Amino acid sequence: MKLDSKKSAKNSKNPGDEAFKIICMVSASFIILMLILLFIELFHHSMPSIRKFGFGFLWSTGWDPVRQDFGAFPSIFGTVLTTVVAMLIAVPTSFVIALFLVELSHPIFGKVVGEALDLLAAIPSIIYGMWGLFVFAPFMQDHVQPFLSKKIQPFLDSAAAFIGRATGIEIGLPFFSGSGMGIGVMTAGLILALMILPFTSAIIRDVFKMVPSVVKESAYGVGSTTWEVTYNVTLRYGMQGILGGIFLGLGRAIGETMAVTFVIGNAQKVSMSLLAPGTTIASTLASQFSEAVSQPLFKSVLLELGLILFLVSFVIQILAQLWLNRVRKSAGGGL
Amino acid sequence: MKKKGVIKRRFVDNVMKIVSFAAAMSGIFFLFWILIVVFNRGFSAFNWKFFTQISADGADGGVANAVLGTAIITIMATGIGVPLGILGGVFLSEFGRNSRLGNLIRFSANVMMGMPSIIIGLFVYTMVVYSTKTFSGFAGAVSLAIIMFPVVLRTTEDMLCLVPNSLREAALALGTPRWKATLHIVFRASKTGLLTGVLLAVARVSGETAPLLFTALNSYFWPCDPWWRIWDVFSTPTPNLTVTINDYAMSPFEGLNRMAWGASLLITASVLLLNIMCRIIFREDKR
Repeated sequence: MKLDSKKSAKNSKNPGDEAFKIICMVSASFIILMLILLFIELFHHSMPSIRKFGFGFLWSTGWDPVRQDFGAFPSIFGTVLTTVVAMLIAVPTSFVIALFLVELSHPIFGKVVGEALDLLAAIPSIIYGMWGLFVFAPFMQDHVQPFLSKKIQPFLDSAAAFIGRATGIEIGLPFFSGSGMGIGVMTAGLILALMILPFTSAIIRDVFKMVPSVVKESAYGVGSTTWEVTYNVTLRYGMQGILGGIFLGLGRAIGETMAVTFVIGNAQKVSMSLLAPGTTIASTLASQFSEAVSQPLFKSVLLELGLILFLVSFVIQILAQLWLNRVRKSAGGGL
Repeated sequence: MKKKGVIKRRFVDNVMKIVSFAAAMSGIFFLFWILIVVFNRGFSAFNWKFFTQISADGADGGVANAVLGTAIITIMATGIGVPLGILGGVFLSEFGRNSRLGNLIRFSANVMMGMPSIIIGLFVYTMVVYSTKTFSGFAGAVSLAIIMFPVVLRTTEDMLCLVPNSLREAALALGTPRWKATLHIVFRASKTGLLTGVLLAVARVSGETAPLLFTALNSYFWPCDPWWRIWDVFSTPTPNLTVTINDYAMSPFEGLNRMAWGASLLITASVLLLNIMCRIIFREDKR
């Protein structure tokens, strides 16, 4: 009998353990449920708008709450433009910052600077908005934008005219045309760049550290300079990780709301000039919502914009994860 | 590699060194620029009324109600998000390290962490605000909890994975049930790590604005008046600092703009303090 009870104790697992495992599993699985529900809810509530406007919504430029005519193109265009400006500035900058922190600076100095840059990531988005609206936009209006529109724009115009003559295709390069008002696409892009800088530079820093020192040392051994090692060896070795980091930054830039809403001007217009006010998906959502609450179609339009933003962020995140995972795996094997 | 003169190569190298130094310094420069502006303008808004009066009186009032509202929303969010996140993290590190479900959950958590917070706000708007038919502090807390959840989950997993397996085996060999071994031994070994993870998640959501625009909205009165009517938080818009900043900054009145700076300083200081605190705790622990 004694033997029997022992046997059954061994076979039947502790009921507390089973319960604990199931509780943990259910809480963890919530995250998958969230992701699926998020899609279903946004899709469900944007149906009225999808039914009314169809795919044309994506390239329609209308925005008239009174006549109930809406289009997503200004928002999508503004999102792409601000993100491009932000990435063009943030990616090379965070690359050289990582180079400085990992390869060049004194270790202690590099650590202090690195931690300070991490604090930049901790500042809430709305604070960037406040600073952007009250300090940075006036600064841009007084000191930077006059220079761009008066000195650089004529140069761009003559370049466009030259290309027009040479190729026979009439093009315009009105990137800095018009007088800047401080707020606008360019200011928003610059602030975005500043906001994603700490994220991308932190990841590029990690990638730099992951590159085995043997690889770098052998490049130094054949006489390469620091920059050559970084550009030809470290960059290629860690390319996938850096791409992952860039995509994480891209995801942040695309969905960033408050800072952009404060400084972009929220105009439902499409303009090639970076000095003009514009709008992004996120800033349209934040600035139009209070008006839309009482109008079912308008609200549905905003939710459809949200759905677009969700799908784009989803794809970006998946790409980022794939690349970062691949690096983690290869570094785990290589180190 | 193409052949280039030594002088040219050295020149390029030095230029890039200077550029990278300048880039790092410009990051620091912007950090200080923002902090100095926030502290400078924020302090000028501080006075006795600012901390004790409610915002119903506009520029003559204060933001006491918003501070209380933010505290309530953040505490509620922590109460929902942290237990879920920690239990989920336990599943990933203790039960599902290499299982297919574990990998799927980890992947979804990473994707959710990168989701723009405004999307979470829209989601909670359609889920909670539609079904309760009112903006409420509770809806705000749910949206912040959803933002916290994946952050806590991933940090918990990372921290628990650092605990050596021999510790778990020793506990199990003594006949301890798995749940007890996890809660009493593994948790104790990674106490500071878990704490920093939670604090960082709190710091991250306490500066959030976008999701609260769609959920908690804002109000100029106390979140619950009299104080024991705590259920008001579930049925009425709840004041909070970040949406107050948003409203006041957009206002054309200079007095209100100054109040927005004061509120900005409150938020910035608390978020930075939380962040720095986490780092100190974590570093002490590593020693």
